Amino acid sequence: MLNLFTQARRAAGRAAVGAATLALAAASVPAHAQETIKVGVLHSLSGTMAISETTLKDTVLFMVQEQNAKGGVLGKKLEAVVVDPASNWPLFAEKARELIEKEKVAVVFGCWTSVSRKSVLPVFKELNSILFYPVQYEGEESERNVFYTGAAPNQQAIPAVDYLMENEGVKRWVLAGTDYVYPRTTNKILEAYLKSKGVAAEDIMINYTPFGHSDWQTIVADIKKFGSAGKKTAVVSTINGDANVPFYKELGNQGIKATDIPVVAFSVGEEELAGIDTKPLVGHLAAWNYFQSVDTPENEEFIKKWRGYIKNDKRVTNDPMEATVIGFEMWVKAVEKAGTTEPDKVIPALIGVSVPNLSGGFSTMMPNHHITKPVLIGEIKDDGQFDIVEQTPGLIVAEEWSPYLEGSKDLIADWRSPLNCGNFNVKTGKCGGAGQ
Amino acid sequence: MLLALAVLSAAALSAAALAGRAEAQDVGGALAQLATNKYDDTEAALSVLALSGDPAAVGIVSALAEGRLVFGGTPPRVFIQGEGGALLDPLTRQPVADAPAVKPVRVNNRVRRAIEAASGALSLVSPDPAKRLEAAQAVGRSRDVAALPALDAVLAKETDPKVKSALALARASIVIGQAGVSEADRIAAIEVVGAQGNQDALALLRSVPADASPAVKDAAAAAIAGIERNLALWGAAQNVWYGLSLGSVLLLAAIGLAITFGVMGVINMAHGEMVMLGAYTTFVVQELIRTHNPGLFDWSLIIAIPLAFLFTGLIGVIIERTVIRFLYGRALETLLATWGISLILQQAIRTLFGPTNREVGAPSWMSGSFEIGQLSITYGRLWIIVFALLVFVALLAVLRLTRIGLEMRAVTQNRRMAASMGIRTNWVDAMTFGLGSGIAGMAGVALSQIDNVSPNLGQSYIIDSFLVVVFGGVGNLWGTLVGAMSLGVANKLLEPYAGAVLGKIALLVIVILFIQKRPRGLFALKGRSIEA
Repeated sequence: MLNLFTQARRAAGRAAVGAATLALAAASVPAHAQETIKVGVLHSLSGTMAISETTLKDTVLFMVQEQNAKGGVLGKKLEAVVVDPASNWPLFAEKARELIEKEKVAVVFGCWTSVSRKSVLPVFKELNSILFYPVQYEGEESERNVFYTGAAPNQQAIPAVDYLMENEGVKRWVLAGTDYVYPRTTNKILEAYLKSKGVAAEDIMINYTPFGHSDWQTIVADIKKFGSAGKKTAVVSTINGDANVPFYKELGNQGIKATDIPVVAFSVGEEELAGIDTKPLVGHLAAWNYFQSVDTPENEEFIKKWRGYIKNDKRVTNDPMEATVIGFEMWVKAVEKAGTTEPDKVIPALIGVSVPNLSGGFSTMMPNHHITKPVLIGEIKDDGQFDIVEQTPGLIVAEEWSPYLEGSKDLIADWRSPLNCGNFNVKTGKCGGAGQ
Repeated sequence: MLLALAVLSAAALSAAALAGRAEAQDVGGALAQLATNKYDDTEAALSVLALSGDPAAVGIVSALAEGRLVFGGTPPRVFIQGEGGALLDPLTRQPVADAPAVKPVRVNNRVRRAIEAASGALSLVSPDPAKRLEAAQAVGRSRDVAALPALDAVLAKETDPKVKSALALARASIVIGQAGVSEADRIAAIEVVGAQGNQDALALLRSVPADASPAVKDAAAAAIAGIERNLALWGAAQNVWYGLSLGSVLLLAAIGLAITFGVMGVINMAHGEMVMLGAYTTFVVQELIRTHNPGLFDWSLIIAIPLAFLFTGLIGVIIERTVIRFLYGRALETLLATWGISLILQQAIRTLFGPTNREVGAPSWMSGSFEIGQLSITYGRLWIIVFALLVFVALLAVLRLTRIGLEMRAVTQNRRMAASMGIRTNWVDAMTFGLGSGIAGMAGVALSQIDNVSPNLGQSYIIDSFLVVVFGGVGNLWGTLVGAMSLGVANKLLEPYAGAVLGKIALLVIVILFIQKRPRGLFALKGRSIEA
């Protein structure tokens, strides 16, 4: 019976999604065929991930409009091609193929979850195109065709843990996450890091919950119990998406305040907080590379233009949006540098490209296809924004292969010649050393 | 009157004592430190203010807590922002003439803890016993050794028994982990803390320094063992309570399905979306109340319940009339059609309200919690259990006692016979489906309090709902009740041992095995079956 359900659900889902995509694709074809450069947008507009990804689609469309107002790229207008992979991982690969083969896009901005990125990787390799991936992720990857503009673990998780150790004197750690690859890898890295800092195994509690978990009573009670061992305790949360709202509600209900057990989250930003009453959450933390409350003229101008474009003066901005903006600007710069949109020319041209980020500095594309970023720690305020309590003094270079994991500590990625390798093993001197 | 006088004189005395101690401390210096807007300096300034006994200190600390303490100018000075944004001098509370541009002094968790400790220390001498009680608790939480002399001073003079015991506890919390305390003193502190018998006491007892004497360690270990035994019992009670709470959520989600699937036999994949529409109805009601009549906010859920019932019931009737009635007896087609409807409804809501979560607030009577022994019960969960049971009883009453209920039972048991008796079976079908959908909508009102109000809300409940109905026995409302509650409790009893992920898997396996053994669920309908 259950099997029957899933099959029927899939079939029905496909049909509906297909229809929706057709409509979208048809809408984006211009009336007269002036020569344009096509930019693919591969973000879910329906299904569970629509909550996060729809904003990124709007961000790319906004950037395309801005760029066209400046005269386009290489004298041609940009044209966005939007498809909807509907939070369905295999469909991501199909849609990526459609964008590259049929629509002949020069570049694709897309994906949110790691599993969707893994699903499109073979397509981008086979058809030799470019993907910009704008979300913080677990690292342990560097591909020739992918440019990662979100944070690697050392650009988000590790500085956050350092902050808690130094400023809050935390000695006991709960690593709580949703049960999938990003939390599992990040927690593995964090566990190894904490142990290297002298934290005992019994002072680390690791807990995983299913996607969309909504009944947090037992787990929050466990956290409370774990926190009553006489040592300062903090929760490092890699809880994903929708599950956060009931989690924070339960924390508030059971009276756990940030001054007792602070929670630092890596997946909770302004957009997620828009759905919660944040008064009981004041003081809980998040670590990102950008907050809407960043106080720079660049950010102020960006927010103003964005709200004008989206025609909503309450719309918030968040970190993956900034990562999308940075990626877009880097691509434009690299195309202008290379004088063509040919991926084989643009990919090498992208390395070393430097564009202003919104927190007042410059982000540079490194040879490992990751970018340099500042790390910001923010405390939740009662208006759903973040008060930035700490910012790293300089920019941090991504460690795509974590030095804290057995399988990956000897690996480096360098896509310049002569190395041209995403997983070069410095011990054996060979490309293709297995990651974990 | 006598008591008040005693308290006042006590307050005056200890304030004088504190002021004497604080002569060396410099309130002006503290203000200068606050103006640097650095966390370390702010924290240092707070500890100075806490011990200063200066009458202005209370105002400064509470202004900092409320974000009204601002700084600006060259060299930077601090001000208190009064009503209407006017800048006041923090000491004299007089408006300042040449007001510079200002920013609030920043606060983080560390500073927030220092604020709590400082305002606790400052209001230990407050004439209001409720404030003193709060202050005693705050000082206890902060475990600030510097507050010990002040605590001793007020403890000697306190007359209110509740405040006195809170003060004693606060003192014990500080003494227990402090260096250089006599053995007897520390053992006495362990006794006071151990008598609390809760999690917090456990944390305190575990913080006894490692170099304490063996007698002290034994006392602490004995107290810890006693508390742990006690807590284990309460822990089991807590798990059962959590299970009932989860069960009530399952019951709410499934009870509408028990009508559409259980009674009518329609595999309704759009059931979850009815729950979602109910939650969005609550959101719309709250928005309207917020803009038009904020005073009614506490009533918003009560108002939303009938509206959600009517709205989703109407949608249900429309779906039944336009789609489902053509598909009776064709399970696969119904399944596909209702799945399609669920996608359409989700996308419609996404287009109308956007893909992001909507904030549904909790009325004041659903926020907070109370304690029975060591069991903490949140009002929100309690009300959801009550509501689930009320809905269940009401539904049972409708089916048993009303004419429409009688007709529904008649039609589902033998359609042709019922038609021959002059019952309009078409109309009864529509009403039954509407009733099931309306109940799902009411469930949505309750679920909006504990889950995300997003277009995906319904999807997370559809599988669980089918599970409950099939497990409990198709076509039997009591089965749904018992099924929901036993699944809830079993889940919560498994979770502490197996973890949330494995617990859920284990439960699914158990249910599958159970269904193999008893295909008709817990409470099978006896006699000639409705499905023939």
